Amino acid sequence: MPTKTFLEAIRDTLSDEMARDERVFILGEDVGKTGGVFRAPEGLQEKFGAARVIDTPLAELAIIGVAIGAAAVGLHPIAEIQFADFIFPAFDQIVSEAAKMRYRTNGAWTCPMVIRTPYGGGIHGGLYHSQSIEAYFCHAPGLKVVAPSTPADAKGLLAAAVRDPDPVLFLEHKKLYRSIKGDVPDGDFVLPIGRAEVNRVGSDVTALAYGAMLHETLAAAEELALENIEIEVVDLRTLQPLDRETILASVRKTGKVCVIHEDTKTMGLGAELAALITEEAFLDLDAPIRRVTGPDLPGIPFNEVGEHTFLPNAQKIADALRKLAAY
Amino acid sequence: MAVSKVAEQTAAKVDARHRALDLTDAQALEMYWYILLSRRLDERMWILHRQHEVAFHISGIGHEGTQVGAAFALKRGYDFVHPYYRDMALSLTIGMTPRDLMLALYGKQGEPSSGARQMPAHYGSRALKIVSGSSPVATQIPQAAGIAFGIRYKGTDQVALTCFGEGSTSEGDFHEGLNWAGIYKLPVIFLCQNNQYAISVPTDKEMPVKNVADRAVAYGLPGVIVDGNDPLEVYRVMREAVARARRGEGATLVEAKTYRPVPHSSDDDDRTYRSREEVEAWKKKDPVLRMRQYLESVGLMDDAKAQEYEARAKEAVDDANQFGKNAPFPPPEAALENVWGESRK
Repeated sequence: MPTKTFLEAIRDTLSDEMARDERVFILGEDVGKTGGVFRAPEGLQEKFGAARVIDTPLAELAIIGVAIGAAAVGLHPIAEIQFADFIFPAFDQIVSEAAKMRYRTNGAWTCPMVIRTPYGGGIHGGLYHSQSIEAYFCHAPGLKVVAPSTPADAKGLLAAAVRDPDPVLFLEHKKLYRSIKGDVPDGDFVLPIGRAEVNRVGSDVTALAYGAMLHETLAAAEELALENIEIEVVDLRTLQPLDRETILASVRKTGKVCVIHEDTKTMGLGAELAALITEEAFLDLDAPIRRVTGPDLPGIPFNEVGEHTFLPNAQKIADALRKLAAY
Repeated sequence: MAVSKVAEQTAAKVDARHRALDLTDAQALEMYWYILLSRRLDERMWILHRQHEVAFHISGIGHEGTQVGAAFALKRGYDFVHPYYRDMALSLTIGMTPRDLMLALYGKQGEPSSGARQMPAHYGSRALKIVSGSSPVATQIPQAAGIAFGIRYKGTDQVALTCFGEGSTSEGDFHEGLNWAGIYKLPVIFLCQNNQYAISVPTDKEMPVKNVADRAVAYGLPGVIVDGNDPLEVYRVMREAVARARRGEGATLVEAKTYRPVPHSSDDDDRTYRSREEVEAWKKKDPVLRMRQYLESVGLMDDAKAQEYEARAKEAVDDANQFGKNAPFPPPEAALENVWGESRK
């Protein structure tokens, strides 16, 4: 099994999926000649031609709108939004058009497409190159939201997203692109969308995380293991639909839950997870559900101190988990 | 419907515009039929709303000439159409039926566009290649560019038609969709049905230029203005735009100047924003009237024949109304279907 970076796993999967199915094509800003600002689709225009890897105008609304039309006539677009922060001009096309196409036509027209976008902070991106956008988009039935945290999952879930009959928002934490390496299965490797994974087994506290925070949470769990506190780390991987079975099974085992995400706190994914768990597993809980999240601020500051203040990290997570274990 | 011998002989003597456009007499009469059918169906829907039989109606009255002329320029059922909420006559001409539209009006089971989930007038049919739109205006414009992109990608000679009012051209979707179609020379026709009002706001408060078509130059597209109440003129212009798209020469922006002589919807009162004199003046240019007068002028229509068409339209509308009224509502569980595709667990 080859070792690849998160970015390489994505690039190779894009290439594999385009080779597998001629209906698959890529469109986005700077994806062609220069290979994308993060270089995810690098080399693909040379390989597959300018008709299948399309440099678009700076027009997010139209990138998604055109992809919706192309999907309606049988193609499988992979749209890249250069930064998640730039997705909002296309919000209407994603939430009100793509996500509703199947429902509003009672299944007559569908929208099989992938929207890939780099999200998240920690790279000195300031307010508009750092945002986490998942909460807005997890509130749109009809749209799936996937956020892998390892190169293998990036491959398996991206392949699944491309083959999915519905629109999938595929969130790539940009800090992981080059910092995370891992073994990636060869050949046709597809993971089911909607399945979480117990990344680390433990008995004291369940930690629910995804994206870059999965790695911070794993580091915190390692630190706490030295104190004989055993954290069970569940990588959500898919944010919509949530894998209720895996989440609830872990909660029932440990009785204590901490949700960790980089996105801001109020009305974030942690709120939904806490509600789900109290609805379904209240009597299994031994402590209030805790959240370690970004603070309720309009953005992540550019300056190093401000950015550090905003972002959860292994230390902040370990503090919360330690308190929960002692509760 | 057979043309009488007398009428045929008279028509032969006249320099008939429809023949110069390669339309047969039967086709010219068929155009009139769809204009009339849509008008009578639409009028019945207004009445049903005023009788509190239905919750909502949004009308295509006044737009029928544009829409039927446009539909005749397409290969119906082969080319893609992404319509908007006034496209009743367009949808009927492409192949939707009065029964389909009455099912939508009543929100009844079997409604083909959406399973009666959408409000009426969100026309759609997979079989007829009519993509059902949403209600926020102009969203269909970049999608139509995407359909045309897909056509080009697959290498067929289909075209895409999308329609919208002049109000939609203030949206960013209009700009982004036309810009894209211009760059990639896509086989799409953007048909703006300019009825002079975005609900209550007149065109001089909607845009700083006189014509929507003036904007085409910014996208490298031909912008063509046509009298939207003259279906033959619309057909002529649309036929050129369609041929151009099929030849691979790219998109066209067509602006059909027309008028909506009725309120925006069943919830609107147009007396608050325009004079009755203005409305009455436009009614003299009504497309039903104009097409009938044309057909009379070339000997294809007379009073007896007009009565016959009216009777047929009334019969179709009565039948559709009974059909829609008597149909059951969808069962409650139907509201839960078709959220996700099959592969989801």
